[in-house]
Amino acid sequence: MAIETRKMRKFLNDPAQVVKESLAGLAAAHPDLVRYDAAAQIIVRKDAPRRGKVALISGGGSGHEPLHGGFVGLGMLDAACPGEVFTSPVPAQMLAATKAVDGGAGVVHIVKNYTGDVLNFKLAAEDAADEGIKVTSVVIDDDVAVQDSLYTAGRRGVGATVLAEKIAGAAAEGGADLAKVTDLVKRVNDRSRSFGVALSSCVPPASGKAIFELPEGQIELGIGIHGEPGRRRADLGSASEVVDVIVEAVVSDLKPKRGSKVLAFVNGMGGTPLLELYLLYGEVDKKLRAAGVEPVRNLVGSYITSLEMAGASLTLLELDEELTKLWDAPVHTPALRWGV
Amino acid sequence: MDAATITSWMREIDIAVRAERDHLVQLDAAIGDGDHGTNMVRGFEAVVQALDSDGGSPPGKLLILAGRTLVSTVGGASGPLWGSALRSGGRVLGDQATFDGMELVEVLAAALASVKDLGTAAVGDKTMVDALEPAVDTLRSRLADGVSLDDAIDEAAGAAEAGMRSTIPLQARKGRASYLGERSVGHQDPGATSTALIIRALQKAVTKDS
Repeated sequence: MAIETRKMRKFLNDPAQVVKESLAGLAAAHPDLVRYDAAAQIIVRKDAPRRGKVALISGGGSGHEPLHGGFVGLGMLDAACPGEVFTSPVPAQMLAATKAVDGGAGVVHIVKNYTGDVLNFKLAAEDAADEGIKVTSVVIDDDVAVQDSLYTAGRRGVGATVLAEKIAGAAAEGGADLAKVTDLVKRVNDRSRSFGVALSSCVPPASGKAIFELPEGQIELGIGIHGEPGRRRADLGSASEVVDVIVEAVVSDLKPKRGSKVLAFVNGMGGTPLLELYLLYGEVDKKLRAAGVEPVRNLVGSYITSLEMAGASLTLLELDEELTKLWDAPVHTPALRWGV
Repeated sequence: MDAATITSWMREIDIAVRAERDHLVQLDAAIGDGDHGTNMVRGFEAVVQALDSDGGSPPGKLLILAGRTLVSTVGGASGPLWGSALRSGGRVLGDQATFDGMELVEVLAAALASVKDLGTAAVGDKTMVDALEPAVDTLRSRLADGVSLDDAIDEAAGAAEAGMRSTIPLQARKGRASYLGERSVGHQDPGATSTALIIRALQKAVTKDS
């Protein structure tokens, strides 16, 4: 095992323990915000359950850090259920999280649209209902790289997840009821579109092998966050040319009204430095304004990653006054903090 | 057949998925996310452990225990799908101590129904249903023809394997492989592959039994 581990350029003790050890480390780093329930494998807001507050939980495979554990705290999630790397968590985790955070006002499950996540959350919501907890579920599906049709599992959930967790979390913190918080998650999802690109594969710790090979000088357009191939491969052009493709893909699907105010989220996939992400944001900002769309809010950084994949994604959220206000509201989590 | 048949079936699956782990990972990496082999090994390892510590439950209850264990250990799509399948199959047997070939057909038919219901998949979608449905149909029709259980289950396992290979030219319409659209064509479905292993494992358990 030790030799195998050393072959990978990763900091590991035992590949099978990577998720558990990382979660313990997250809790050790932020004892003021979260606690780690090792038996249930969930990250829970330190002061949960909060009586009378609608609770939000999310979860999914690990490997996308800081999603979701890094977003547990004030004004965002009440709990996160991390599965193994790129593998959905199991219903027992979601049920334990739901019970740990339910303050009597109901619990919203924010589910990214992947078959495994959807099935496991479905079983968990049924179990929670059996125990008398009010649960609503919203599936996030904002990735325009996937054709949304009867012949696919539907669009994948990517960057809009972070925005929905922040905005709906702020509403819950402010005392909104279950229907309102649920509706906000849906609204953010309905008004968001994303598109990602990759310059390299990622290497899951369990296999130690790259998921795909991308020849030098090539870019994968429409990449997923688990190394799923995208729409097509192309020769890697300049950053400006790449952003042209990304903005076109997102804007042509979102179809924002001329003069719309948007939140532009330039996200790194884990292996792309902030130097390049800000360069990309500069291009995005310019091109959006040229297209008659005003980026009045933004988020730049690696927030929904794919291990060490080099790449980036753009998520656009068409804002209104209420969404903007909720975005600006205080948040204090391991990965996002402002206004506190 | 009785509780020992079920235990033996689960052990055979554990051996098979362990042996084919890397192959399943490779198939999944091509059109999914590369975790299928690892997940199945983790799940059936836990199932064998759970059955080892069980104190003499009837076969139906063992299947329910196996299903519950899969749901709580596997994650991904295969955990809920196989977990629900085995639980549904187990419920068919209730508390009875033994079961015959036609009852085994009903167990598998219930398992298939639950997979199709939860996954909303049909034959031709490039999923585990492509291997499971022909296996159930073959076992039912061969037993009805009066073929011995050993031969019928062998033919059913062969039908699952043929179904598994039939996924190669198909375009995926469910699960993560569907994101690839036409690019999923030419790859064998990992879920259909592990399903064929599971039915072959059943054949080994049944044959050993008789």
